[in-house]
Amino acid sequence: MIKHRLFWPVVALVALLLGNRIVTPGFFSVEVKSGHLYGSLIDILLFGAPLILIALGMVTVIATGGIDLSVGATVAISGALACYIISDQANQGSVGGVLFAVALALVLSLALGLWNGMLVAWLGIQPIIATLILMVAGRGVAQLITSGKIITVNSPPYKLIGGGYWLGLPFAIIVVVVVAAITAVLVRRTALGLLIEAVGGNAEASRLVGIRSRSLIIMAYMFCALCSGIAGLMISSNIAAADGNNAGLWMELDAILAVVIGGTSLIGGRFSLAGTIIGALIIQTISTTIYTAGVPSYRVLVFKAVVVALVCLIQSPAFRAKVFRRRHKRPPPQPKAEVPASDSGDLEVSA
Amino acid sequence: MTALTFMGKRGMTAFTFVSRRGYLPVLVTLGLLVAVFVVGSILYYPDFGTGQVVVNLFIDNGFLLVTAVGMTFVILSGGIDLSVGAVVALGAMLCAWLTGMGWPAWLAIVTAIAAGALLGFIQGYVIHEFEIQPFIATLAGMFLARGLCFVISIEQIPIKDPFFDWVQTPIAVPGDMFIKPTVILVLVIVAIAYWMLHYTRFGRNVYAVGGSAQSALLMGLPLGRTRILTYVVSGVCSAIAGVLFGVYTLSGSGLHAVGMELDAIAAVVIGGTLLTGGYGYVLGTLLGVMLLGTIKTLLNFQGTLSSWWTRIAIGVLLFVFIVLQRALGTRRRSAGV
Repeated sequence: MIKHRLFWPVVALVALLLGNRIVTPGFFSVEVKSGHLYGSLIDILLFGAPLILIALGMVTVIATGGIDLSVGATVAISGALACYIISDQANQGSVGGVLFAVALALVLSLALGLWNGMLVAWLGIQPIIATLILMVAGRGVAQLITSGKIITVNSPPYKLIGGGYWLGLPFAIIVVVVVAAITAVLVRRTALGLLIEAVGGNAEASRLVGIRSRSLIIMAYMFCALCSGIAGLMISSNIAAADGNNAGLWMELDAILAVVIGGTSLIGGRFSLAGTIIGALIIQTISTTIYTAGVPSYRVLVFKAVVVALVCLIQSPAFRAKVFRRRHKRPPPQPKAEVPASDSGDLEVSA
Repeated sequence: MTALTFMGKRGMTAFTFVSRRGYLPVLVTLGLLVAVFVVGSILYYPDFGTGQVVVNLFIDNGFLLVTAVGMTFVILSGGIDLSVGAVVALGAMLCAWLTGMGWPAWLAIVTAIAAGALLGFIQGYVIHEFEIQPFIATLAGMFLARGLCFVISIEQIPIKDPFFDWVQTPIAVPGDMFIKPTVILVLVIVAIAYWMLHYTRFGRNVYAVGGSAQSALLMGLPLGRTRILTYVVSGVCSAIAGVLFGVYTLSGSGLHAVGMELDAIAAVVIGGTLLTGGYGYVLGTLLGVMLLGTIKTLLNFQGTLSSWWTRIAIGVLLFVFIVLQRALGTRRRSAGV
């Protein structure tokens, strides 16, 4: 069971939750207040919803062997555009107007994803560089849309997306569950997941066996941008405002961390949707822990740095090999003749 | 051995010859820089096209230049350092805090630089020994350095030490201009970086490791030492940039230099260095920073265009240079994906 790749992420999440339970006795209680569910666990899900969405998009991109640094910028742009359109309408509360704004914001997000995907798949630019362009310019574009101001909206239908309730559950959680379910079905019940993993393993080889690797890569970036766009709508809807400068700031880093903590390698190839969701939940639980346990908020970053370092070190095979080597008795060394000669290439040449 | 010494002496000429085409991105940057400058001079005659504007580029962007020089080492070796902006903030914060506690200025500065070096070493060590992705390791370093700033103080701390005022006293130079001691320091750092990259064994190792870590290892080059050292160089440069930032703003704050790592990476790429490593020049980085600085100055002179146009301009420049590099790259290695 220890060998299962979800083992360590789940252990980390359970440990974090139990630690919270010990510090804050009422941590696990979920109440029904005026028809809505309330509680710390619901809070983690609600505030973690945008991160889970972005991480889901990010993991598909990472599975193709890429990375998307522009998700934070996409979050800002999508929120900015939706709020700009709604604030411009005579009746901000009209459902049609909100749907129009949401649709336009999502179309723009898809276009941004298409841009990233084309740079990577057609021009063959390294993903980290290709998406860096949008990461740098995107916030400028978001501020261009909002004219550098924070646009506030007063629209009940828009508020539903990030801060509303439906059937007693926060609407954002429902959106995340739906997106995650659709993704899981598409990826695991069809051949799509296998094709994506093939492209991530070796794009050239998969092209040669007849997989349209370029279209798949572009689709992955578009999916990632769409998820970021939805997350951007949630974030701006929750605070009923669009802030081109700060919305989704450092979101790309949190999303990549969630993917890595979830056990997906940044190299591409095999990926885990469940692990990614657990990774995002771990990050959100850490943030919630910091606030409920009363750790001063200015220590958040140091705390996060330590957790990130620990998680990454424990996941690193090289670290485990070097640190835990002495604990286990290794089998007696093989006779020298049996050691394959090719192993010598991996040997460390020390200075 | 004699063959090696021979190669060493001839190294520079052979290097220049082989990479002549590699100068093209740098030349394009230079051309753009001149073009932007000429346009500015025509539009805003007689205020823009003066020597003082050029000197001011070094005064206003000195810290970015020093950061980008450190980043050049890391990128040339095939890595990336996201922690630089946070280390700049930490450097300024340490200077402000320590001098505020009555430490002499030189000791505070040395401590700040030592902190940068230590953080760089830890990052490099973790990246090399435990095979953690540079992206993730330096991300943790970024959180750590910024977090430490806020642990020192949530507020902005003013720097009152007279030394920090002294290093930016204007010095009159011929031609009705003035420079500041910080400008000289920045130029000296660029010169040292140039010397290290092009005239020392360490510099050649950096290029070799960035070109192909596996080949460098098989050639018997000290892979680990080179890699770790590039991160130490970047940490030291960022810390020095932090001191310069402290001098420039006369304060330390955890919110200083947010996002500066992006500007530094952009400057390095616009300066013609390949993000995959092994290819580029520190002088290109100098031109890249100057180009970003000139665009910022131009937008300041223009006055009505807002600051976010700077970001969009940087994005467009990044795009142009990345595509340019890609076009040159495909010609070099005809087998593209």
